[in-house]
Amino acid sequence: MGKVIRMGEFFRRGFLESTGEQPSLFEWIFSTDHKRIGLLYLYSISTFFAIGVTLGLLIRLELIAPGRTIVGPDTYNALFTLHGVVMIFLFIIPGIPAAFGNIMLPLQIGARDVAFPRLNLLSWWLYIIGAIMALSSLAGGGGPPDTGWTFYLPFSGETTTNVSLAVFAVFILGFSSILTGLNFITTIHRLRAPGMTWTRLPLFVWSLYATAWVQVLATPILGITLVLILAERILGLGLFDAARGGDPLMYQHLFWIYSHPAVYIMVLPAMGVISEIIPVFARRPIFGYKAIVASSIGIAAAGSLVWGHHMFVSGMSDTAILVFSLLTFIVAIPSAVKVFNWVATLYGGSIRLDAPMLYALTFLVLFSIGGLSGLVLGSAATDVHVHDTHFVVGHFHYVMFGGTAFAFFGALHYWFPKIFGRMFNEKRAAWAWGIMICGFNLLYFSMLLVGLRGMPRRYYDYLPQFAQLNRLATYGSWVLALGLLFMAVNLLIALRRGKHIGANPWEAATLEWTVDSPPPPENFAVLPTVTHGPYDLEQAGEP
Amino acid sequence: MNSTAQHHDAEGAKLGMWLFLFSELLLFGGLFVLFAVYLQRYPLQFAAGGRELSVAFGTVNTVLLLTSSMTVALALEALRRNRRRLCESLLGFTLLAALLFLVNKGFEWHAKFQHDLYPGSATLQQAPPGRDVFFGLYYLTTGLHGLHVIIGGVLLAWILALVRCDRINGASPTVLENGALYWHLVDIIWIFIFPLYYLLL
Repeated sequence: MGKVIRMGEFFRRGFLESTGEQPSLFEWIFSTDHKRIGLLYLYSISTFFAIGVTLGLLIRLELIAPGRTIVGPDTYNALFTLHGVVMIFLFIIPGIPAAFGNIMLPLQIGARDVAFPRLNLLSWWLYIIGAIMALSSLAGGGGPPDTGWTFYLPFSGETTTNVSLAVFAVFILGFSSILTGLNFITTIHRLRAPGMTWTRLPLFVWSLYATAWVQVLATPILGITLVLILAERILGLGLFDAARGGDPLMYQHLFWIYSHPAVYIMVLPAMGVISEIIPVFARRPIFGYKAIVASSIGIAAAGSLVWGHHMFVSGMSDTAILVFSLLTFIVAIPSAVKVFNWVATLYGGSIRLDAPMLYALTFLVLFSIGGLSGLVLGSAATDVHVHDTHFVVGHFHYVMFGGTAFAFFGALHYWFPKIFGRMFNEKRAAWAWGIMICGFNLLYFSMLLVGLRGMPRRYYDYLPQFAQLNRLATYGSWVLALGLLFMAVNLLIALRRGKHIGANPWEAATLEWTVDSPPPPENFAVLPTVTHGPYDLEQAGEP
Repeated sequence: MNSTAQHHDAEGAKLGMWLFLFSELLLFGGLFVLFAVYLQRYPLQFAAGGRELSVAFGTVNTVLLLTSSMTVALALEALRRNRRRLCESLLGFTLLAALLFLVNKGFEWHAKFQHDLYPGSATLQQAPPGRDVFFGLYYLTTGLHGLHVIIGGVLLAWILALVRCDRINGASPTVLENGALYWHLVDIIWIFIFPLYYLLL
C-alpha cells in the first residue's frame, strides 16, 4: 500500500500506516508498538463486549415474564455465568488500562514505548488465548459452566460442566493482567520525559499507576484460588470440603481478596479518564490535583481490605462483619473526594458539551447512584435484607456499566480523533448518548426497585408481583442496546469518512495532543521537555 | 521500532523483576493464609501430620537450596569480574543442586505414597478431620514450589547457555541478575515451607 492521497493533500496515517515489510495482519499481531497493541486490545475488547451484551440481552429476554420464555433453567445458568465471565474478565478489567492505557500512557509521559514492548505483546497474546478458552467452554464437553462468575465451591468442584476450562482461562487472563500492571509501573518509574515530575503526571497516568499496583499484588491471589479449584476438581484435595475438615468459607475469602480489589482495577482507570476529560471541557485546571492523586492511592490501599463485605450473610463472625463494614465505609471517603473535586472543577468553568464531556458528566451521576447504593450494601444491617437480590445486580451495574463502561465510551470519544486522526459526527454521538442513558436507567433502576422488593438474583423464575418491573427492565435493555449500536455505527462511519483533524482538536494540554493525529510510530521525533502541568490549559497547543 | 536505550534499561529490567517476584510471593501467600487458618483450627492434627514428614529429606533439601542460592550469587560476582569459566561452573553447580532437590523431592513423595499418605487415601480418610487438609496443603505447596524449582532451573540453564556464547558478560549482567533474583525467591519460599511443615511440633 502506498500513501493515501486525498483531495490532493498528503494525509498522514502515522502508526496506522503499513510499513510493507510483512503481511499486513502480521504487522499488527506481532507488533511491539504500544499503540498497535492498544488498538488490538481495543478491537478485541469491543468484540467481547458485544458478545457480553448479547448474553445480557438474552438473560433479560428470559426474565421478561415469569416462567419459561426462551431458554430452560440450565441454559439460563450458563447465560449468567458466561455473561459475568466475559464482561468481568474480558471487558471491564482489561478495558481501559489495556486499551487506552497502552495507547496513551507512553504518549502522556513523553516516552517512545512502554518499558517492556515484547512483554506487552505477550500480554495481548495471553489475553487472546484466555479469551478463546473462556468462550470455547461454551461448546463441547459437559456444556457451558453454570456456577456464576464467582465459581463458588463446593458446587464448582462438583458440577460436570466445563468449569475447569473456564477456570484455567481466567488463570491465563490473570497472568496477562499482572504482566500489563508490571509493565506500566516500570514504564512510569523509568520512562518519564525530562521535566515530567510526579506532580506533572496526568491524572490518567496516576490512576493507571494505582491500578497497576493492585493488578500486581491482588491478581496472584486469584491465580492461587483458581489453582485450588482445579486441585479440588482434578486432584480431589478436599481443602474446602467440610466433610474432610476443609472450610468452603475459606474459598470465598480467597476469592474476594482478589475480586474486591479487582473492582478498583475496573473503576480507578475510569476515574482517571474522567479527571482528564473534565478540565479540558470545563476549560479550567483540575481542582485539587494532589487530593485526586492521594484518593487514587487511598482507594487502592483501603479497597484491598474490604473483601469481607461480600460475605455478610455467609456465617462469618460478627466482629469480622463489623470491621469489614467499617472499612467499606472508609473507602467511600476517597471516592467522594474525587467526586467533589470534579464538581469543583466544573464550578465557574466555561463548559463545552461535546460527546466526551457528556459521558464524563453521566459518569458523575451514575457512579454516585452506584456508590450510594453501595453504602446500603456495605452497612451490614441493610445488607441482610438486600443481599443476593436484584438490588445488588442493579448496584454493580450502576458502578461498572454506568461508571466504568461510560468512562470507556468517554475515553473512546475523547481519544478517537487522536488515535485515528478523524472526527466522528458530534450530533449522532450525542443522540447515541441520550438513547443510552434512557435505556440504562430504565434497565438498572428497575433492578434496584425490584431487588428492594425482594426479587433474588440469579433466579430463573419469579413471583408475579415482580413482573411489571422486570418487563420495564427488559424494555430498557433494548433501548440501551439500540443506543450502543448507534454509537458503534457512528464511530465505524467516522473511521472511514470522518473529517480529518489536527493534533489538538479539544485544545488539551497533555502531551499526547502535541504529536500528530494519528501519532507517528516513534511517538516523538525528539523527546519533549516538560515545562508545565497537565492541566495548564493556556499552554495548550493549537487545534 | 524503539531506541536501543529503552531496550537496555538495566534498572527498569530489575524493577520489573522485583514486581514479578512480589506477585509470586503473593501467589504462595494464598497457600500460607490457608495454612495459618487451618493450623489454628486443627493444631493437633497438623502437628501429627508434621511428624509424619521426614526431617532428614527436608534438611538435605534446605542445605541444597541454600548452597545453590550462594553459588548463583557467586556466579553473578564472577561474571561481573569477567571470570567466565568460573561463572559457568558455579551456574552448573546451581543446576545440579536444583536437580538433586527435585530427585530428593521425588523420593520423599514416593515414600509418602508408599505409606498411604495422599489426598483421599484410606489412611487419611480414617484419620480425624484436619489430617487430610494438612496433607492436601503439603502436596499443593511443595508441588507448586517444585514447579518453581523447575522453572528457575530452566531459566538458569538458558542463562548458562547465554553466558557460554558470550551473549551476556560482565558489561551486561542484568539477565543473570534477574535469574539469580528468581532463584533466591525459590529459595526464600522454601525457607518458609521447611519450618512450617517439617519442624511443626
